[in-house]
Amino acid sequence: MTSMQTTVQPGTSPAGTSSGESWSEWLDRHSGTFFIAPAVTLILIFSIFPTFYSIVFALSRVRFTGEGLQFRFVGFRNFEKQFFGSDQVHFLGKLTPAGLIGMGLAAIITGLVLVWWVRSFRRTTAVGMLGRTISAAMAIFLAWIGGLSLLSGNSIGTLYTTLFYVIVGCGLQFVIGTGLAFLCSQPISGRNFFRVVFFIPLMVTPLGVGYAMKMVADITKGPFEPILRFLDIQDWVWSADAWSARIVMMVCDSWQWIPFIFITMLAALENVPRDHVEAAQVDGASSVQIFREITWPQIVPVAVTVLLIRAIEAFKIVDLPNIMTGGGPGSSTESMTLHSVYVWRANDIGSSAAIAYLLLILTVVCCASFFNYVVLGQLRKAKA
Amino acid sequence: MSDASFQFRKANRSLMERLFEPPAVGRMSPASRVVVYVLLFLWTLFVLFPIYWVIITSFKDAAAVNQGPYYIPFVDFQPNLNAWRAQFTEDSYCNVAAVGRQLYLLGHNLVAFLLSPVVTIAPMEPQICKILLAFTNSVVVSVISTALCVAVGSMAAYALARIQYKPKFGNILMFVLLTLGVILATSYGGVPWYVSTAVALALFFFLVRAIGRHFKRSLGNGDILFWIISQRILPPIVVVIPVYVMFQAVKMLDTHFALIVLYAVANLPIVVWLMHDFFAGLPIELEESAQLDGATRPRIFWEIVLPLTRPGLAATTLLILVLNWNEYLFAVFLATVKVQTLPIMVAAKNAGEKGVFWWEMCAVIVVMIVPVIVMAILLTRFISKGVLMGAVKG
Repeated sequence: MTSMQTTVQPGTSPAGTSSGESWSEWLDRHSGTFFIAPAVTLILIFSIFPTFYSIVFALSRVRFTGEGLQFRFVGFRNFEKQFFGSDQVHFLGKLTPAGLIGMGLAAIITGLVLVWWVRSFRRTTAVGMLGRTISAAMAIFLAWIGGLSLLSGNSIGTLYTTLFYVIVGCGLQFVIGTGLAFLCSQPISGRNFFRVVFFIPLMVTPLGVGYAMKMVADITKGPFEPILRFLDIQDWVWSADAWSARIVMMVCDSWQWIPFIFITMLAALENVPRDHVEAAQVDGASSVQIFREITWPQIVPVAVTVLLIRAIEAFKIVDLPNIMTGGGPGSSTESMTLHSVYVWRANDIGSSAAIAYLLLILTVVCCASFFNYVVLGQLRKAKA
Repeated sequence: MSDASFQFRKANRSLMERLFEPPAVGRMSPASRVVVYVLLFLWTLFVLFPIYWVIITSFKDAAAVNQGPYYIPFVDFQPNLNAWRAQFTEDSYCNVAAVGRQLYLLGHNLVAFLLSPVVTIAPMEPQICKILLAFTNSVVVSVISTALCVAVGSMAAYALARIQYKPKFGNILMFVLLTLGVILATSYGGVPWYVSTAVALALFFFLVRAIGRHFKRSLGNGDILFWIISQRILPPIVVVIPVYVMFQAVKMLDTHFALIVLYAVANLPIVVWLMHDFFAGLPIELEESAQLDGATRPRIFWEIVLPLTRPGLAATTLLILVLNWNEYLFAVFLATVKVQTLPIMVAAKNAGEKGVFWWEMCAVIVVMIVPVIVMAILLTRFISKGVLMGAVKG
């Protein structure tokens, strides 16, 4: 039943020979192939092949000519440009002058990561060690870039802007989404109404969200203009300051994505057996105690999985900054995807592919690390 | 609450106790009830306000938008249909008949394209206004690609749940190396892509036949499933640059086909992930007895398995439909003129020379988001029944 029929005995089954079997029998015999072939073929052609092809773009200077594309191999020059060359400030941020706090913190993180790395030698296999080495290298790299740009008071590049969107966005959305789910799981009437309303933003076209938010956040014609005037800050232009622009971006992104956390965490909360909670109530436990001791341990596996899914999608953010600020002021709200799109528009296809590849590496290393060290651990604990 | 009668506090309580202590197990105290409702209503306002603002802006005219914020129709501004009329009167052919003709045109041009090696049929020219063209494009692309994605994805998910696969590690390695060979030969060697692809495919099948059986290590179903699902991590920007070039090479930029296939592939991981969970949860005995009765596997899948997972299938379809409807990045690269979808049309409205006509843009946004809001409401019904949550629980 559950094995691909590769071992049909010629003597026992007439279906083993190709003559005399009907079309449907033949189809049944090869059903293993037919069921999975379309999906695998589609993924190979439109996902795997382009991913490999992208390497060639990233390693070349590409020009559109009359008869097609012209590739000239330039080695790692497109990547070099992002890290050391003319695009460094755009991608990594301004790294000088280095601040003491930033350097100190980066050094401390480097030390901690190295201790963790050395200590894990005894615990894992060679493959596990390779993974940990990559994770450690990425952590140290990010710590130094963060220390030299963000914590030294310099401007940050698209790399850290993307990380800001991912880390702050996921954190904020997780806290508020779980909070709302907790409120909605209380015995109140009208739960279905709230459930439907709170879910809607997730499904609204991100581009529509961008324009709607652009109108709502407009300081002269938007709905909050009287409030700004009342507070006497009508000259304050959120889109002219890097951090306020990023924070507005985060608020709008949260509007869209909190529903995702909300709806999954609500399902998880409703799955917690009611009698456990009620037994604790009878024993006189406070609601904080109940949440910490009974509810939380049961929803942690779902929580980390949901965070992982959210983080994967968060790395791809492009619509909102593209529409609300166009990446501005300067390039301070540009995510890496948007950075790549702009470089593509400037006809530097090689660099565009290089940035896209760097985003892929960043996403895979971060998400795989989170999956291996956090999600798997929690899932194992839940199974045990 | 069924157990509301169970009192665990003393009967006559002081005012403070009445306010801050729950009257019964499974109930809330009046004070916390008020707090919960206030918070939930505040969030409802936060959620609905931007949508409300878009809708009322679409009924404003230039003056009502530019002279400062007006909030309530009929009270502080007089709503009118100018923005909507502008959408439907700027061009001719803005009616249902034009949509019908456009759908017919798609079929006609498809047939013309398919028969082009044999006979030449002149393709029809579109006669439809912009907004209906964008709407038709969005509907056609998202519906067909959803159908493709769900069909292909659930077949693969079923196969991975029920049939054992053992792809040889060596064969996969050979495939990857040949792929790299094709890419290098095409981009640096100047070999036409169809020649290199054909040679590599022939070589691959030859090598699998010749030395494939000597490979020992093989992967299992879990690995394939993980591989498919992990495709979702891939940022679309990585794929879209080469895909643009690929479609350019076969002269298929700005076609429905390009968008349909790409959307389907982008969402395939989600379908496989969700549907695999549903199929794996079905009792295997049903299928086994059907197989004993002589049913072929395609028939078992079509007549037994799919009907059993109907709620899951419907919920997945709805989710993918919404994702396809909202897609923007692929469309920006691949759909420039003829297959402009609604998001692209909205974005194009922003690039006008005379400034942004917010009221007109809002009318298009309303056209774009009303269908998804309806689908969202339908989808919550499935989610509240617990249909879509199994996969997350791992």
